[in-house]
Amino acid sequence: MTEELAIRTRGLTRRFGKTTAVDGVDLEIPRRAIYGFLGPNGSGKSTTIRMLCGLLTPSAGSATVLGLEVPRDAEPLRRKIGYMTQRFSLYEDLSVDENLAFMAEIYSLPRAAARARIEQLLGDFHLRELRGQRSGTLSGGERQRLALAAATLHKPELLFLDEPTSAVDPQSRRDFWETLYRLVEHGTTILVSTHFMDEAERCHGLAILDRGRVVASGAPERLMRDIDASVVEIEGAEAHAARAVLERLPAVKSVAQLGARLHALVDRSLADPAAALAHALERAHVAGRVSLARASLEDVFVAATQHVPAEHAA
Amino acid sequence: MTRLRDSLGRIAAIARKELVHLRRDRLTGGMVLGVPLMMTLLFGYAINQDVRHLRAAVADLSGTQASRWLVADAQATQVIDVVAATRSVQELERMLVAGQISVGIAIPADFERRRAAGDRPSAQLLVDGADPVVLSAVHALVSLPGERRFAPPLAAALEPPPVFELRAYYNPERRSPVHIVPALCGVILTLTLVLFTAVAIVRERERGNLELLITTPVQTPELMVGKIAPYVAIGYAQMTLILLLGRVLFDVPIAGNLAVLYLAAGAFVAAALTLGLLISTVAQTQFQAFQMAFVTFLPQILLSGFMFPFDGMPRAAQWLAEVLPLTHFLRIVRGIVLRGATLGDVSGDVRALLIFFAASFGLAVLRFRKRLD
Repeated sequence: MTEELAIRTRGLTRRFGKTTAVDGVDLEIPRRAIYGFLGPNGSGKSTTIRMLCGLLTPSAGSATVLGLEVPRDAEPLRRKIGYMTQRFSLYEDLSVDENLAFMAEIYSLPRAAARARIEQLLGDFHLRELRGQRSGTLSGGERQRLALAAATLHKPELLFLDEPTSAVDPQSRRDFWETLYRLVEHGTTILVSTHFMDEAERCHGLAILDRGRVVASGAPERLMRDIDASVVEIEGAEAHAARAVLERLPAVKSVAQLGARLHALVDRSLADPAAALAHALERAHVAGRVSLARASLEDVFVAATQHVPAEHAA
Repeated sequence: MTRLRDSLGRIAAIARKELVHLRRDRLTGGMVLGVPLMMTLLFGYAINQDVRHLRAAVADLSGTQASRWLVADAQATQVIDVVAATRSVQELERMLVAGQISVGIAIPADFERRRAAGDRPSAQLLVDGADPVVLSAVHALVSLPGERRFAPPLAAALEPPPVFELRAYYNPERRSPVHIVPALCGVILTLTLVLFTAVAIVRERERGNLELLITTPVQTPELMVGKIAPYVAIGYAQMTLILLLGRVLFDVPIAGNLAVLYLAAGAFVAAALTLGLLISTVAQTQFQAFQMAFVTFLPQILLSGFMFPFDGMPRAAQWLAEVLPLTHFLRIVRGIVLRGATLGDVSGDVRALLIFFAASFGLAVLRFRKRLD
């Protein structure tokens, strides 16, 4: 039954002194898929990943990873998982080759198999020309490729990637995601944390974290479809003025600027939100084209994370 | 079987990696042989309890033939070098206070009469007694046989034979390097080895390597052994260099069996390295590790018998010293190198070192968690 799930948590909680970094997180993450944690810094993404790796002991709740209870069974779990830390954690004074050879020995790969696997990874991750170079002198994208190569060296069933693309240019990010899809095709489960919307949208499943809680979860498309608000787009308006008008309306939950456009999230109970907003703008003599729009992931994120302060205010 | 092989493989991987770090880190790598070389040269020549050539001044108020002979005799002992002559005792005192001289010789105007009467000392030595070593060296001048030139046969006839005849074993010429160089072995190994491992784990923590390493199947004892292993070889290399320098430059003889010395030294090297490792599991930053390492250095250097004879220390200090690895190693190395002691003679100290090693290793393994919390 749990065989279909890679990770399952119930009420997973971690406190550091008085602050609660992760607060009652329930997750069900299926196998052979990319699951994303989307959230701002300090939302509990890294802490959750560390608890799932067995690096941090939960203050409360339980977690089963690949059928193993953590942190109790953390040791047998270590052979089955790969972990790419947020900060580059291979040895900077060792070369690409030496780092990979070291990790292969740590995972007890037989010598011949290790050699072949390293050659394959050097090819797959375009590291062959850099093999003799010390990893401290690599660029952000090259380091990230090396870190991913090292994390996948022992062919783990489950891969944890903690903000893997923070220090990487857009082209490298695209290539990186292609690699992740290839890994999933070969049966790997990937849990990746990010604060980029476009990356989150590439995940098969997603949990939006805010202040240690899961405020929304599901497939990105479903989250966008089921957003608990109407999305109204305002084009060609003077952004500052329009914003001031809209934010005064009680039905408007939030207004976010996306380039030249504004997206307003409006309470679903409002019958014709586009008309209502157009009317309000007209009355305030602010010009602009108003229309209903399809929700973006950013809208979902804003709607989900706005929820919490609204409750606090009440 | 496979588990043991995997385990040894991981230890070898970590040990090899440590050696690569050391090779790439020029400064630390240079320390491995540079520090013993420098310290042995420096201290072999500099540390000299056999004090000679103290700067002295003379205020000779009598100005007689006898007073000049006295100064010449004192000079001939090589304990003092007369660098100045003054006209008054006050001037001697001033020079003493100013630190220009360590010894002042004051010869009163009635020197000849006092010497003839023989009821009180005929002259005075003013000594900077702040340094006990200087004071005891100058003591030798007090019993200077000043009367010799005047009536040698009579003086010899009247002098009673001494109760004891002194026979110095093992270092008959009383050369300091013979005593110092073997002990320097222990001091230098302590200084370098403890520091090497004290930063070993903290450095990985600071650089973020540890978060990855503890997510792998590597076990804590494997990590610890892998971290220590390369430095055992380095400890032996350092010891060999120091003994070689001692032999070549300071003519320090090795009375005992070298194989026994290397065997016993293994226990000391292991003890020093695990002390560093223990520090590494307590310290949060490399700076803290350095500070903690230095806290362990001073008692070892002062209480181990390196600076002062062990037997002269108060009881409590001796108990404390028994816990320190250097104390035991100094007994071992001096015993084997200077007195030709056998393994049986030093087995008590070897056992103490092994207990220290086992206790620190166990503590370090217990303290280290493959966790971040």
